[in-house]
Amino acid sequence: MSGPSIMETLFQRTLEDLIKGIRLQLIGESAFISKAMEEIRKEIKSTDLQTKSIALQKLSYLNSLYFVDMSWAAFHCIECMSSSRFSLKRIGYVAVSQSFDEQTPVLLLITNQLRKDLGSVNEFEAGLALDCLANIATVDLARDLTPEVFTLLGSSKIPVRKKAIGVILRVFEKYPEAVRVCFKRLVENLDSPDSRILSAVVGVFCELASRDPRSYLPLAPEFYRVLVDSKNNWVLIKILKIFTKLAAIEPRVAKRIVEPVCDHMRRTGAKSLMFECIRTVVSSLSEYEIALKLAVSKIRELLVDEDANIKYLGLHALSIIAPKHLWVVLDNQEIVIKSLIDADANIQSESLRLVMAVISRSNVVDISHVLLSYGHKSDPDFCNEIIGSILSACSHNLYEIVMDFDWYVSLLGEMSRIPHCQKGEEIENQLIDIGMRVRDARLELIRVGRSLLIDPALLGNPYLYRILCAAAWVCGEYVEFSTNPPELVEALLQPRTSMLPPLIRAVYLQSVLKILTFCMYSHLQKQSSISFPSSHNLEGVMAECVSRRKTRESSDILTSAQDDVFNPMISENILCEEDIPVETKGENLFFEKNRFSQESIVNLLNAIESALEPLLGTLEVEILERARNVLGLIDLIKQQIPNHLSPEEESFSREASEVWKLIRSMNDAFCEELGPVSFTAQEKIQLPEGLVLEENLRELDSIYGILQPPLNFLPQREERVEELPDSEWRSRDDLEPSNESTSLLVEHRKRHGLYYLPSGVSNDYPLANDPRSGEHDYDENEDLIRLAAQSLAPKKKPNYSKPRPVVVRLEEGEATSHIVSKKPNSKYDLLSGVVQDVLQETNPMESSQKGKEKVSSDVPPGSKENLQDLVDPMGERSGSGKSKHRSHGKERGHKIPKKNDREKDENCERARQKGSHRLGRKKTRQRAEGQTDLHAHTPGQIPDLLL
Amino acid sequence: MGIRFILMVNKQGQTRLAQYYEYLTLEERRALEGEIVRKCLARTEQQCSFVEHRNYKIVYRRYASLFFLVGVDNDENELAILEFIHLLVETMDRHFGNVCELDIMFHLDKAHFMLEEMVMNGCIVETSKSNILMPIQLMDKTS
Repeated sequence: MSGPSIMETLFQRTLEDLIKGIRLQLIGESAFISKAMEEIRKEIKSTDLQTKSIALQKLSYLNSLYFVDMSWAAFHCIECMSSSRFSLKRIGYVAVSQSFDEQTPVLLLITNQLRKDLGSVNEFEAGLALDCLANIATVDLARDLTPEVFTLLGSSKIPVRKKAIGVILRVFEKYPEAVRVCFKRLVENLDSPDSRILSAVVGVFCELASRDPRSYLPLAPEFYRVLVDSKNNWVLIKILKIFTKLAAIEPRVAKRIVEPVCDHMRRTGAKSLMFECIRTVVSSLSEYEIALKLAVSKIRELLVDEDANIKYLGLHALSIIAPKHLWVVLDNQEIVIKSLIDADANIQSESLRLVMAVISRSNVVDISHVLLSYGHKSDPDFCNEIIGSILSACSHNLYEIVMDFDWYVSLLGEMSRIPHCQKGEEIENQLIDIGMRVRDARLELIRVGRSLLIDPALLGNPYLYRILCAAAWVCGEYVEFSTNPPELVEALLQPRTSMLPPLIRAVYLQSVLKILTFCMYSHLQKQSSISFPSSHNLEGVMAECVSRRKTRESSDILTSAQDDVFNPMISENILCEEDIPVETKGENLFFEKNRFSQESIVNLLNAIESALEPLLGTLEVEILERARNVLGLIDLIKQQIPNHLSPEEESFSREASEVWKLIRSMNDAFCEELGPVSFTAQEKIQLPEGLVLEENLRELDSIYGILQPPLNFLPQREERVEELPDSEWRSRDDLEPSNESTSLLVEHRKRHGLYYLPSGVSNDYPLANDPRSGEHDYDENEDLIRLAAQSLAPKKKPNYSKPRPVVVRLEEGEATSHIVSKKPNSKYDLLSGVVQDVLQETNPMESSQKGKEKVSSDVPPGSKENLQDLVDPMGERSGSGKSKHRSHGKERGHKIPKKNDREKDENCERARQKGSHRLGRKKTRQRAEGQTDLHAHTPGQIPDLLL
Repeated sequence: MGIRFILMVNKQGQTRLAQYYEYLTLEERRALEGEIVRKCLARTEQQCSFVEHRNYKIVYRRYASLFFLVGVDNDENELAILEFIHLLVETMDRHFGNVCELDIMFHLDKAHFMLEEMVMNGCIVETSKSNILMPIQLMDKTS
């Protein structure tokens, strides 16, 4: 040994020194570790294996707990691994298990070492190699070492055999062909009397079956035996998991296991096993009443348990059963509702899921109300979870469960005002979607939109920007429902709107333009009706109004007022359609008639002008353009209006008619109804030739990565699109995440501080949605309990004062189409294919069974009876002649003395069959040709042993 | 794969033992452990011991200053995993005698050895304390 290496050996720090050093270091952990790494790099090059292994051990430690890279030391790992001393070998193996992956270049070098150790007489060496293989086996390793693993599967040393079984899972996964070699031996291990072997092999089958249950159906009899005989809870839990999968795809298995599962449920004291039984029943055996009842009673026990873990599992079991048997949830509703106020977030969300499962048309109002009032007080995450689930439950399948849209729209408004609400995007989409789909909800939409827009405090909350954007759009689009349009304009132009992101502000301005157009239109229309009481013009105006009515097909309070003057019949029709009581309407009319006086219009124009003029200096093109649009229109109007003040009718009529024409055409443009557009509409448009979309747009992706417009319903004008300023489209597309917009805003503020209000301004207003406002001060616990008592219980359909409004639905399957892309995992397919092959090979009968199942629609009458036989319980069947004949035949085949009288003793029967099982397989193959009729009577292995 | 990983973390969030049953890169491991520690250590005694994380579940239990965290598939039996954790602690107790954080720090190899005996490939293969400890005791004797 060379000098330096002796020195190294003598003065090398051990792992313990290193650990102590890390604990006591004064130079900082990372500095200490990098110093230690320098040492390790030196030591690991040592020719002395002892020194090298200690260095490697330290490296593994640092890698495992301090994320130090050790891939560079792969070769050193192999060197240690090949040592003849166990302690060094072990260090090498641990390092290899920890650091090797498929890409490790020296991986090929370890195959031989592994083979040698797998074959070692020392069971610990073999154990090390198996552990390592379980962690790092690649396709090559699995293929090359399959024979060794196969040998060890039959090892007489229990610990080795146990580990060999453990490694099988990885070997099968990597190299499915290994199944042909090893599967039979693996199955034989199910018979092992040793509980350790059984536990390991059941664990392996549980994993295999969870990926592809169908392939393991033929093994059901073996599993069944374990289920009945085993006393080990670990094993039972795994076996139950296997049966949960098998019973879901094979009703006969389900029928068979009901009894033993119930037995376990009644007998066991272990909560884990009990819960597994419950899970098996609720997921696969729920149609068996005895089992279900028992499970439900046990679930109730779990639910009232003090332990949060048990309670959570109880709720979890409920959520599994909810889709199939909702009554179980309803029976336990009180506990579920109370769990909403549990200290544990997991329990809260689990019970929220359950509450959402029972939501329906009859209780949606109560549930939403209570949940929201609770959301006000809970932590932000759960609050948003609540809001999110209400939103998705209510919007499901085009607002299926919403009867009263006025209520729902005001609920959306209420949600927006919850301080933690972060679901702006979803609320925005729904507000616009409802506006387009549900005519009758527009009045309420305007009301809610108005109350959101005029509240200056809301402008301080970035989460609300998208909702405000929707509110602004709604108010502009459906302004004819508004009782007070000038007030909306005021709200849309209030100083604090400068806090909005530019693109949302652009929507605000566009709405101002729409409202202004509308006001002018109403005003001028009124003017003309007054100025020409019965002139030649009347007919034209009236005809025009009627035609407009027709194209809009929407009821419109305000213009209906004007229509009143011309054509009482039409307005009567409209009145009938309206839900609003006539008195309110009268008031509105009165209000409106006074509003658009000459003076108020001039005031409105001036207000808009003064608010928008500062914007002409903005650098934001969207804002600039829209502000210019509005101001341009005002200019035009103003040129004409002063003349109007003069009483000379002639000049007025001439001048006004120009404005009138302009306003009328603009109003027409805005009046076209917007409708929902299908998700798939875009696909239907054929790509024009020569248009290369991707090339240019891809570059934009990096820039606009997060600005992807929601692929939702884009509003669409039905005609005269070309005249329409395109803010309607942009209003949806141009929205930005608030972060970016605030930063833009800040930048903008820096540049144009002049136009901004003093920074202290945000304090002038009360905090948005101050929780102390006292509005929701009632005790929500009491409320929850009241809800439990009343609303969840299925009650008679309440009498709705009005029918559910029409919700526009497109013809094609617009409701979110789920593309079920069932991508089969090729690896598992391969594996299951081989497993099925092997099982069929060992059981020729299996194939006949398979075939029979496949053509079950046209089975011959004889075999149908057979199937019937299989379904019959054991006791009944023993009486039938056919089955006697069958068992007779089989016994003869197995050369076992006839013991028909003992047939009722199930255990005996099974044990006997088990004993002759392997023997029987070979024999069946031998006599397969001669006794085909006998096979017809024994269709498949499952019933054979199960029944 | 039933069990995906086993972690032991102290109150300060330092990992004391990490055993993975699927290959993760160092960066993935660092991120995962960070997320889990943040999520689980903040929970109170009254909250339940199961945390949903990404597409799997974490079952954890606290013993004195040490958290034992086990990442499992969603359909794994949570209570059984809790029992598994308890079994692991009892096994360590029997070997070290009232196990503490320092024992695990300084005898990490032994802790790993126990886990190797108990779990293979994410499947629990051994649940008898004496069987688990037998090889370690043999090794102690020979060395």
